[in-house]
Amino acid sequence: MTRSAFSLAALCLLMFALAPASAQSLSPTLQKIKDAGTITIGHRDSSVPFSYLDNDQKPIGFSLELCDLVVAKIKAKLGQPGLKVAYQAVNSSNRIPLVKNGTVDIECGSTANTIARQQEVSYSVIFYAPQFKWIALKSSDVKTTDDLKGKAVVVTQGTNTAQFVAKLNAEKNLGLKILQGKDHAESFLLVETGRASAFMEDDILLAGLKANASSPDNFAFLGDAFPSDPYGVMMAKGDPEFKKLVDDALTEAMKSGLYDKLYTKWFESPIPPKNINLKFPQSDKLKELVKTPSDKANGQ
Amino acid sequence: MSLLFETTPDGVSRYIDWILSGLGWTLSLALGAWTIALVVGTLVGVARTLPGGIWPRLGRIYVETFRNIPLLVQMFFWYFVLPELLPQRLGLAIKQMDPPWGSFVPALICLGLFTAARIAEQVRAGVQALPTGQRAAASALGFGRTGMYRLVLLPQAFRIILPTLTNEFMTIFKNTSVALTIGLVELTATAREINENTFRTFEAFGVVTIVYLVIALLAWQLMHRIERAVQLPSFVSGGGRK
Amino acid sequence: MMVDLSAIASVTPFLLTGLLFTLQITLVGVAGGIVFGSLLAVARLSQNRLLSTLATTYVNLMRSIPLILVIFWVFFLVPWAIGWLTNGGRPVAVGASLTIYVTFVLFEAAYYAEIVRAGFRSISTGQYAACDALGLSKLQAYIYVLFPQAFLSVLPILLTQTIVLFQDTSLVYVISATDLLGAATKIAQRDGRLVEMYLIVGVIYFLFCYAASQFVKRLQGRLAYR
Repeated sequence: MTRSAFSLAALCLLMFALAPASAQSLSPTLQKIKDAGTITIGHRDSSVPFSYLDNDQKPIGFSLELCDLVVAKIKAKLGQPGLKVAYQAVNSSNRIPLVKNGTVDIECGSTANTIARQQEVSYSVIFYAPQFKWIALKSSDVKTTDDLKGKAVVVTQGTNTAQFVAKLNAEKNLGLKILQGKDHAESFLLVETGRASAFMEDDILLAGLKANASSPDNFAFLGDAFPSDPYGVMMAKGDPEFKKLVDDALTEAMKSGLYDKLYTKWFESPIPPKNINLKFPQSDKLKELVKTPSDKANGQ
Repeated sequence: MSLLFETTPDGVSRYIDWILSGLGWTLSLALGAWTIALVVGTLVGVARTLPGGIWPRLGRIYVETFRNIPLLVQMFFWYFVLPELLPQRLGLAIKQMDPPWGSFVPALICLGLFTAARIAEQVRAGVQALPTGQRAAASALGFGRTGMYRLVLLPQAFRIILPTLTNEFMTIFKNTSVALTIGLVELTATAREINENTFRTFEAFGVVTIVYLVIALLAWQLMHRIERAVQLPSFVSGGGRK
Repeated sequence: MMVDLSAIASVTPFLLTGLLFTLQITLVGVAGGIVFGSLLAVARLSQNRLLSTLATTYVNLMRSIPLILVIFWVFFLVPWAIGWLTNGGRPVAVGASLTIYVTFVLFEAAYYAEIVRAGFRSISTGQYAACDALGLSKLQAYIYVLFPQAFLSVLPILLTQTIVLFQDTSLVYVISATDLLGAATKIAQRDGRLVEMYLIVGVIYFLFCYAASQFVKRLQGRLAYR
């Protein structure tokens, strides 16, 4: 057993050297979609109102509707009106690897565009700009970030929030005990059941989770807000033609007013599954980004 | 492998520290659960070999319950369900337990009791494989039930079942990975975290795979040494030669 | 803690979808696993040193690492591996279900291989000689004489391993797949009904596995009389 175990370990090491690099060719993503006759859209399970599951466990949301516009453009470009659309559930841990390995063609959820991530994937123009906030049970009596000193808090695995909280904890010496939930629903559950004192995420996502909770009034936001990263549609790197197509679909919607209509539909009107209105008007920063679309991350 | 020595996002440690931490949790969980499993498993296994009364039946209920439910479902039960079923204050106290103990303790109990059920079956098989003459002779010599088991039956039974125990010992190291679902940052969870932070999937998982291989190797070597050391010449099956 | 029966009725369809997927994975895992495992067992016993070493290495590797780790490996890296082999470096899209099926076949095959190998070793050497004497080719010998005997002698163990497989499918939870446990978890998180859903799932698994293991015990009893 000794020899064979180590010989396979050696084989593994050998494969490091042979790991493939990404190839450059004319719109490989479009070619792949054309060959497969299907476009695979990555969606989230609980990123309300961007990408989540309704009562029948079907994916719906603001990002998905934006992506429908992208799909229409792709159908036109490829001349394939019968192009099939497949949905693949992703979570914050596996969304980037799944885009990189081609399982998902475009990821339509609540993915933040950061400089570090741009090394791995490409982003469309920004379609939302949130900020970070904490949410906690009203009964737990925490009002500010400092009240959380030494307590257990939760973030979702693989999010930019997770990295932000780790840094915040180190910089301000809060002594936080950081738990990680598998997806936003699980992180929220950890607060609901009292295992964590607070959950940090983009304010809009927290508003969605709170609205759909069984007792929304048990929860309250803490006063502090922190700057967060803007959202974009995620796709494989190294395909500028495909990115242009996606960007065009989104900017056209922004210019024609369709974006504003969709925004009102998902953020300022009753939405499934509980027909609650999130009442989240466009922030000034977002209005700016709609007027002049950009795909730059914070700090670029 | 340069990944190992790069600095992590919080600017304080290197990735190899993460791996060592994950390894530490894996080993603690495995060895702790193994201890519980041996103690509880032996008791339950012995109970199943007793002549009559309620003990064999209780033992059977225990074994059937813990063997027919997947380990992951059992983990969820200990972590999510139990605190909700207990009286409010006790449940809350458990939930407020500092991470990572909040994840480690349920995982330890869960894995220990799960493995105990499997060890119980093996102990039962080992004891039942002994010639009936052993019990009779022990009684005739004046051993009470405890003495009979402790000094005559179990020592022999354990030697018989050492190969299957070895298998069980190696399995427990693999089963520790299930604890990642309730938040314990053991070895596999560490691989995933490194991947999330660096996107170097191959290296992250590759290193951890190699660590598991080394653990398996060492575990097997350890049990093999024990096997050799406690062998009874007259009971060696298969000639004792590999 | 209240148990709401009407709530359980409304989620049953979704749970059944999950259960169906669990059973599909089990079926594919068993079929593929036994086939691939048998091939591995034969390879291990073959005279060809390279073949037997490769097979042994594969079996020992798969048996030393956790299933969750294998799930992550296959999920993240198989598209790259396939792409490298066939597509000139670009990753090939592989759906989640297919990934799961591949994982379980590859993983369980190692365990089935060991069982089948034990089955082969229990066949008396006279059988091999008799096959030669009858002029059967290697292939005919395996198909008509050796495999049937090997399988029959370890049938109870093969079935027990299948029950283990059935339980192992719950681990696809880590990639958010909707098997029985995944479906229950999604409902539990959406409706805040952790206790009920996990208890129900525990009971369902218990009933299936208990019934199956009782069946295996009875089978073992009947086979012992052959």
